[in-house]
Amino acid sequence: MDDAADAVVAVRDLRMTYGTTEVLTGVDFDVRAGEVVCLLGPNGAGKTTTIEILEGFRLRSAGSVRVLGVDPAHADEAWRARVGVVLQSWRDHPRWTPRRLLTQLGGYFAPYATPERSRPHDVERLLATVGLTRHADRKIATLSGGQRRRLDVAVGIVGRPELLFLDEPTAGFDPLARRDFHELVLRLADLEGTTILLTTHDLAEAERLADRILVLAAGRIVADGTAAELTRQVAGTSEVRWSVEGRRQSASTDDATAFVRRLFERHGDALGDLEVRRASLEDTYLAMVARFEAGDRTAADLEEVLR
Amino acid sequence: MTAVPGRAPAHATRNALRLGALRGWTEFVQSLRSTQDQGFYVFMGVASLAYLWFTRNGEVEGTDLSMPTVAMPSLLGALLAFGVVIGPAYALAMEREDGTLLRHKSVPHGMQGYVTGQVVFHSLGLVPLLAVLLLPSLVLFDGLMSNGAAGWLTVGWVLVLGLLATLPLGMVLGAVVPSTQKVGTWGMLPVMAITAISGIFFPIQALWGWVQAVAQVFPTYWIGLGMRSAFLPPEAAVVELGGSFRTGWTVLVLAAWAVVGLALAPRVLRRMARRTSGSQVQAARDAALQWVR
Repeated sequence: MDDAADAVVAVRDLRMTYGTTEVLTGVDFDVRAGEVVCLLGPNGAGKTTTIEILEGFRLRSAGSVRVLGVDPAHADEAWRARVGVVLQSWRDHPRWTPRRLLTQLGGYFAPYATPERSRPHDVERLLATVGLTRHADRKIATLSGGQRRRLDVAVGIVGRPELLFLDEPTAGFDPLARRDFHELVLRLADLEGTTILLTTHDLAEAERLADRILVLAAGRIVADGTAAELTRQVAGTSEVRWSVEGRRQSASTDDATAFVRRLFERHGDALGDLEVRRASLEDTYLAMVARFEAGDRTAADLEEVLR
Repeated sequence: MTAVPGRAPAHATRNALRLGALRGWTEFVQSLRSTQDQGFYVFMGVASLAYLWFTRNGEVEGTDLSMPTVAMPSLLGALLAFGVVIGPAYALAMEREDGTLLRHKSVPHGMQGYVTGQVVFHSLGLVPLLAVLLLPSLVLFDGLMSNGAAGWLTVGWVLVLGLLATLPLGMVLGAVVPSTQKVGTWGMLPVMAITAISGIFFPIQALWGWVQAVAQVFPTYWIGLGMRSAFLPPEAAVVELGGSFRTGWTVLVLAAWAVVGLALAPRVLRRMARRTSGSQVQAARDAALQWVR
């Protein structure tokens, strides 16, 4: 919270109320330049609401939000030129071709080019980057779901944004498309230094892409850390399975190494089928979400939740 | 606000208007190539011509003018008014729901470009609509244009003024309807009612006095009247209300609607743009899928 000034995104006590329903009950987090941050949470946790407020598409009920140093509710077109948004597509621009659409939408960024950052992206290169060169002149209506999604990503980054928002970017992807997409996101972060905030409810995706994971549940951030940090907090609950003379057994332990050593001392060669499974990010996540979804909104003690 | 090195707002707005014009042109060309839109134009042309053909032997009471010569300009006026109100209303309502608008909201000056594109596209869309009616009519019916070059000049200014009077109304309608499915009830019905009483299918004098008064409030009647003044000989004015084509009034009423529309449209469009969000698109999508099931 100390470096809010140079954070690309700074959110303090963000609240959102629809009628009498409180969707966000006090969200706090920062995203620093060059970070890839993943907003993780169950359906209805307020991920989309949060990201739409940051995109300037939705007005918050209370709290303070700075995105690239500006309140998105009052941001101007110059701010808009520095932010990329990957939208959920449906059926817009069916008669256009990817090349035409990218040229058209990219054109709006041209006046915002700077000596350090040329805008927009070269359309041919962009098409190649998202793997649409072969389909560049087909009607968008005839593209497959995965191809359309890659076009959405291309539209989102055509202006060479400093900050990119992705709302559930891989929903409905097959595993191959998902892997390609992940590579694309990582390349953007590495080569362009783009700061990326994405939402997902796919844990593997969060683990693979994010420098840092924020877990949003019941309208607030209940965990904030790297995948390893979050997992380490539940490392104590490793599960050990083994068999002795064909009889399978299992136990939970705080210290798997010591536990296994004792198993060997006791059973020696009779020990078989040894398996040690550390609590995964999924276990951590499910434990947290279950706790917070149950309505225990005052539980501030993360440690307690995790154990 | 944050200073962006090298930003040029004036340049950016001009750039957006240029992109918008290009967008309108692209949409127009794509529409001409689409079989669906070709079908629409052909249908409109055939339906109008059929109506004119079946009334070709009738004469307008009190004159020696045939029915088509009087009905054709009226029909032209109705098509203009109808086309640029319902067309943009549908387009706007649909593109709000399918994400087109949101895409433009997410790029700098995108809304300016989008609206420019709509204006250009729907204005250009009148060309084929008028052509399918006008070109065959000139061949099929004799003595359609009585006033030569001066008449065509009048056609030109009535078109432009009529467009200015009605296109903004279509955009306002599209911006305020809650969903695409509601364009029918909110837009189609009133516009059809106004068209029906505006003296196109039967002379306005046949209607009750209060209906005549209502009809004269709306632009459709005046566009039709302006078109008749362009095509028909001056003597034909005797069958009009007040025995005159009332050119001054035509200009006045259409200009008034244009001023109202042009003042209203940007405000309503800005409000609509402000409210557009991904969740809204998602909700429309869910609703539409529900609709399909």
